[in-house]
Amino acid sequence: MVELVTFGLAAIIVLGGAFGVVLSRNPVHAALSLVATLFGIAVLFIAQEAHLLAAVQVIVYTGAIVVLILFVIMLLGIDRVDDVTAEPLRAQRGLAALLAAGLLGCTGLLLWLADGDADRMVTGRQSATAALRSDESNIAQIGRVLFTDYVVAFEITAALLTIAVVGAVVMAKRPSTLAPLPEHPDAPGAVPDDEEVAG
Amino acid sequence: MDFVVTDAWYLVLGALLFTVGAVGVLVRRNPLVMLMCVELMLNAVNLTFVTFSRMLGDVGGQAIVFFVLVVAAAEVVVGLGITVALLRRLPGGTADDVSYLRG
Repeated sequence: MVELVTFGLAAIIVLGGAFGVVLSRNPVHAALSLVATLFGIAVLFIAQEAHLLAAVQVIVYTGAIVVLILFVIMLLGIDRVDDVTAEPLRAQRGLAALLAAGLLGCTGLLLWLADGDADRMVTGRQSATAALRSDESNIAQIGRVLFTDYVVAFEITAALLTIAVVGAVVMAKRPSTLAPLPEHPDAPGAVPDDEEVAG
Repeated sequence: MDFVVTDAWYLVLGALLFTVGAVGVLVRRNPLVMLMCVELMLNAVNLTFVTFSRMLGDVGGQAIVFFVLVVAAAEVVVGLGITVALLRRLPGGTADDVSYLRG
């Protein structure tokens, strides 16, 4: 009963936030809906006894990534711009609806073929890489696996983070001279004067 | 329908979340909102991995989610750098205008 209520509430929050991200006109509303989705996912992680991942999800995703997105929205001042959903590619909405129908159809087909029984939907072998143990805490298990079996991937992701930081610093640096832009219908007359905001 | 929450429910929720994120990436044009929809898809995949990890009794699924989180953080950093570079030059810019950053 508790698990049903937990799952029901978390699922409503997750899907409500997801629809909020896709349907919100204001980017700030979309970011706040994303926070709701991420918290719902963290609750579902705890319900499945992945405690470390729930904590890391809240800290990294909600606490860093969404905050970073909100920083950029506020820095560039685009929260005032109402996102008019005009569509340059005429068939894009139709194709998106087709994709959604295809994905949902595949999910429904899988459910129907397996008669809703999860054990028949999954074809992997039990404990193929590292067995989940009930006597050790979740953090200890993930830590042991990360530093023994997957240590190479771990080191590579550390290098990846360094590369990403260097790349972002290079990209966000202001160029010393700005080349003139080609003609664009939406651009204002002059290069935007926002040094006093960001400088 | 019996009301015991089985693992299939988590998998279906993950599939629905992925679908919403995929449609969002295709329909929205604001680059920041598109990035948020990509995050929705990544979270759907994370939920599916954790569900499989519990079903197959394998902690490797949770280790993979750890790596997905790290890669998503790096991707958001780079994506926001590109978005800042674009929107600083072209305030009304959408994802179609990233080609103006060429060179």
